Amino acid sequence: MKYLFIFLSFLYLNVLAIEPNEILEDGDLEKIAVEISKELRCLVCQNEDIHNSNADIAKDLRILVRKKLESGESKKEILKYVHDRYGDFVLFSPPFKFQNIGLWIIPLLFFLLMTFFFFRKS
Amino acid sequence: MRYFLIVIFIFILVIFYKGLKKDPTVIPSNLLSKEIPEFSISSFSGSTLKTKDLRDNKVKIVNFFASWCPPCKIEHNQLLELSKKIPVYGIAKKNTHDDLSKWFENNGNPYTRVGMDTNGEASIEWGVYGLPETFIIDKGGIVKYKHVGPLMKRDQEHIEKIIKKLQ
Repeated sequence: MKYLFIFLSFLYLNVLAIEPNEILEDGDLEKIAVEISKELRCLVCQNEDIHNSNADIAKDLRILVRKKLESGESKKEILKYVHDRYGDFVLFSPPFKFQNIGLWIIPLLFFLLMTFFFFRKS
Repeated sequence: MRYFLIVIFIFILVIFYKGLKKDPTVIPSNLLSKEIPEFSISSFSGSTLKTKDLRDNKVKIVNFFASWCPPCKIEHNQLLELSKKIPVYGIAKKNTHDDLSKWFENNGNPYTRVGMDTNGEASIEWGVYGLPETFIIDKGGIVKYKHVGPLMKRDQEHIEKIIKKLQ
């Protein structure tokens, strides 16, 4: 029995936070809802999207995303709505702007630096 | 080339060092310096609480709370004190009327009016991500300050200073 528990604990269990009553009947809309949910960060979690989070705010946002999709809003409009209220932090891909320019240029600078050290003549 | 790379290295170090000093729990509010958002919810008294009710040319506090939220109890006394000086509006998140009645009976009611955010949508409209959160609204209906977490005794003085400035 002990070994069974150890074996089970090593299995990857894809436990979803989304509840059955949240899922939309329209398969196409549900697909977009999942896409949006994976682009939005759960604000009270550590690096988790709202699709996979059990937090209260994540659930509220998931429901709101689906409500807005059903009322005819586009993915772009919904992402803008949430972004307007919670700022760049809520997006997993923050927009390119001066305040967060470091996010975009540091990897490039780091790459240049590493390339130099890797290929320099010894 | 070598000096250029040294500059890049120092630049990266400085940015990382600055990042170390930031508090990851502080999320800046996108609502600051903007008008209060559009919302309309039922009120505790049975009528409706909407954006228009908060645009009455008065400096006010809008507090998001719930009777089920333990930190909200910590700040309750501070809100009672502040309500003697300024209107305090409450928005109760996912609270039943009965639970809220009991909460006010036991702890007192600091609120001028209370809105019932039964599904959490008004909280999202205000960019609230946890309870309690407190906003200070100026006479023109602009959000001037946001406090995340319970208002402690030490915060009360700071809040009163901001209110005085706005009045």
